[in-house]
Amino acid sequence: MILHELLDYPTLRLIWWVLLGVLLIGFAATDGFDLGVGALLPFVGRTDLERRVAINTIGPVWEGNQVWLILGGGAIFAAWPQLYAVSFSGFYLAMFVVLAALILRPVGFKYRGKRDDPRWRAAWDWALFTGGFVPALIFGVAVGNVLQGVPFRLTDEYGIRYEGSFFGLLNPFALLCGLLSLSMMVMHGGAWLSLKATGPVAARGRRYGSIAALAALGLFAFCGLLTWLWLGGYRITSPIDPAGPSAPLLKEVTRDGASWLANYATYPWMLIAPVAGFLGILGAFLGLRAGREVSTLLCSKLATFGIISTAGLSMFPFLLPSSLDPRSSLTVWDSSSSHLTLFIMLVATAIFLPLILAYTAWVYRVLWGKVSEASVRDSSDAY
Amino acid sequence: MELDVVSLSRLQFALTALYHFLFVPLTIGLSILLAIMETVYVMTGRTVWREMTRFWGTLFGINFVLGVATGLTMEFQFGMNWSYYSHYVGDIFGAPLAIEGLMAFFLEATFVGLFFFGWDKLSRLGHLAATWAVAIGSNFSALWILIANGWMQNPVGAAFNPATMRMEVTDFWAVVFNPVAQAKFVHTVSAGYVTAALFVLGVSAWYVLKGRHLALARRSMTVAASFGLAASLSVVVLGDESGYLATEHQQMKLAAVEAMWETEPAPAAFTAFGFPDQQARETHYAIHIPAVMGLIATRSLTTEVPGIKDLVVRAESRIRQGILAYDALQQIRAARGAGVPSEVTASFEENGRLLGYAYLLRRYVDDPRQATEEQIAKAAWDTVPHVPSLFWAFRIMVGIGMYMILLTAVFFFLSARRRLDRYRWLLWVAVWSIPLPWIAAEMGWIVAEFGRQPWIIEGVLPTAMAVSHVGITELLITIAGFTLFYSVLAVVEMGLMLKAIRKGPQPAPAPAPMLSAGQAPPRAIPAE
Repeated sequence: MILHELLDYPTLRLIWWVLLGVLLIGFAATDGFDLGVGALLPFVGRTDLERRVAINTIGPVWEGNQVWLILGGGAIFAAWPQLYAVSFSGFYLAMFVVLAALILRPVGFKYRGKRDDPRWRAAWDWALFTGGFVPALIFGVAVGNVLQGVPFRLTDEYGIRYEGSFFGLLNPFALLCGLLSLSMMVMHGGAWLSLKATGPVAARGRRYGSIAALAALGLFAFCGLLTWLWLGGYRITSPIDPAGPSAPLLKEVTRDGASWLANYATYPWMLIAPVAGFLGILGAFLGLRAGREVSTLLCSKLATFGIISTAGLSMFPFLLPSSLDPRSSLTVWDSSSSHLTLFIMLVATAIFLPLILAYTAWVYRVLWGKVSEASVRDSSDAY
Repeated sequence: MELDVVSLSRLQFALTALYHFLFVPLTIGLSILLAIMETVYVMTGRTVWREMTRFWGTLFGINFVLGVATGLTMEFQFGMNWSYYSHYVGDIFGAPLAIEGLMAFFLEATFVGLFFFGWDKLSRLGHLAATWAVAIGSNFSALWILIANGWMQNPVGAAFNPATMRMEVTDFWAVVFNPVAQAKFVHTVSAGYVTAALFVLGVSAWYVLKGRHLALARRSMTVAASFGLAASLSVVVLGDESGYLATEHQQMKLAAVEAMWETEPAPAAFTAFGFPDQQARETHYAIHIPAVMGLIATRSLTTEVPGIKDLVVRAESRIRQGILAYDALQQIRAARGAGVPSEVTASFEENGRLLGYAYLLRRYVDDPRQATEEQIAKAAWDTVPHVPSLFWAFRIMVGIGMYMILLTAVFFFLSARRRLDRYRWLLWVAVWSIPLPWIAAEMGWIVAEFGRQPWIIEGVLPTAMAVSHVGITELLITIAGFTLFYSVLAVVEMGLMLKAIRKGPQPAPAPAPMLSAGQAPPRAIPAE
């Protein structure tokens, strides 16, 4: 196969770094509101019927949305195998907790309405709340730890030795990042409910969504400030060969002062990301207050794009820095799949991602319209 | 079993994979049956077929969510528990998993929402298209997962790269068109069709016995019997067998499945019954059927089927070659890109594909070059999987497969003569046969994956090297967590399934309004 030489290795690595971001943002922008609605469920729905309204706004779409996460996992495995290996095995127990919460979600959606018993329904309400709240929090905690560097090292044969603990992950900075991601998704869920629900559920969605937007605004600014003044960052000190083999131990890395923010001085265009984050949150807040629907959800999506891109761009070219042995850090230039695999995966993505976007848009169009108490009560298909 | 990281990681993977595979076959098969039933509805306009689609769709949904939920575990687990595996083969193994998401799972999961919620929102044809999208998505999903799994059994199209210390893809089409993967795909989806057919047949038989929902039950039985007969023939005839001799290891698996310790003169006999003894390396009380084995395995009367002992001798010489490869690799790595003597490069090129065999020695010694003769001999015997379990798992699977052909053929015959409810005892047989395809499917998993041991990637990477360095405590926590959590979910699922079956199909709501396909919704919306 010579075709893959059409795109050189460094370009493919960059494209896959961007696509990694696209998939994570795709997840946050779609499944993010499902998680947010789950976390909001006990607050926006006081009666069973109100909760069913909230659940049925996401009932037909959460399943497709969740595939963004599954595809994200698969793409990390295929394009950045070491990143997949280190993060999933390093954050072992945290991953188990996320997994358990994520398993509760599909089951909760489907099974809650199968019995009329109030205790049965209350139990599944808890499951759905946990299934929204816990992943939304822990994904942020994970990013908070990645920004600080993770205590792992690679052996000579590229075996992974992780020397942190589960409770070590729950440090103050990481928890702040966790709260940021939680408030971002709750804001997103509020914006979704305001668009898709009616009556008290939509009104409470707007109220709690706007509170979450304020929290997200403060936390985004505060985490940025901490990153600038306190966190520092990592820097590659040896010459970089963007087309070199995916062998992380060949480079030298140091930890120093303000290097996570140094990227914004080197590449000022990157400032688009934090600006989009702030504008998106602000727009969502104002939109929720003013009762605007479509534009609020778009602003909220813009916020997820801005916040996630800010984390990714700040660390570039790092994907997963190591605090224990900085040399072992995984970067865009030394932890990807081979040239050929990246190319094949790009072709597959170029064919299927537009198709996915097209049929997903069609499905949302078919499902267009508000979910009301009456529509839930009268439909035999509703959850 | 020892309480070490390798055994515990394997135990957890086996538990979660076997559990996941309780839900997958029914999803694969029932999605197709739903699509067939709805197609009949759209073509004939008879509402009973719509009622059937909706009723079996409810049961499909209860099963489907657990398949999705436990599938998440599988995706997480490669990274969580098998991180060296993920590093070592992620370049090849990750791609089919990602393409599965892109091509299949997105389709299935996006349209499954419309399948359940779209009855009143879509035209008849529109809804039928959504149902077919779910069916096609779940079947393509199986294709890509089995391409990934087939590569573990027969790792074609890849080579070891000393610079990155991992396997990298050299020929992606070889990975996709891997004969083992193709055979597995046909075998596995056919098994899924049988599972769904037996499920529909058994539940409908129960309705007939109780005299309930007769119109729905009789039609369902007719569909299930004909679909089930075709599928069970396909499982057995087009089964795994075509892939058996494609690779060297499939030979070891075959020899273990047959408990064939010695190479026999062609054509070999088939051991119908016996008690294989791993320690004594012989099979007690064996009952042989002459020539059958040789015919099945080689489709000739003259080709020999190698026995376990000869395959071990071959493994031993491969371990020796593997040590040469390991030695060359160390020299190449020590040179760090500087000049490597040409005989070292030549040695790696010659023996490099057997590097994995040197890693079999890691169980006994850190540096395979220091291995003693005794250790090499032990490692060679390690390439024999656990013979008694394979021997029995295979026989249970095949026995059930044969019985499925018989059962579906009987019901096919009865339905053709419109005498489905003639023999009540036969209907009870159908009810009690519901669990059998699941047992066969789990046995199939054991033959395929337990039979691959000690390799995680046949001939390339031993299972023992592939694990993550996580603590025993952490592993025990997650195993206990999964066991508890999954048991509760299983009880809940069974309860809901039985409740839905007892409740039976609900009276059909008003038929869908006939929207024309191009009709615009009232407002423009943003693309999601």
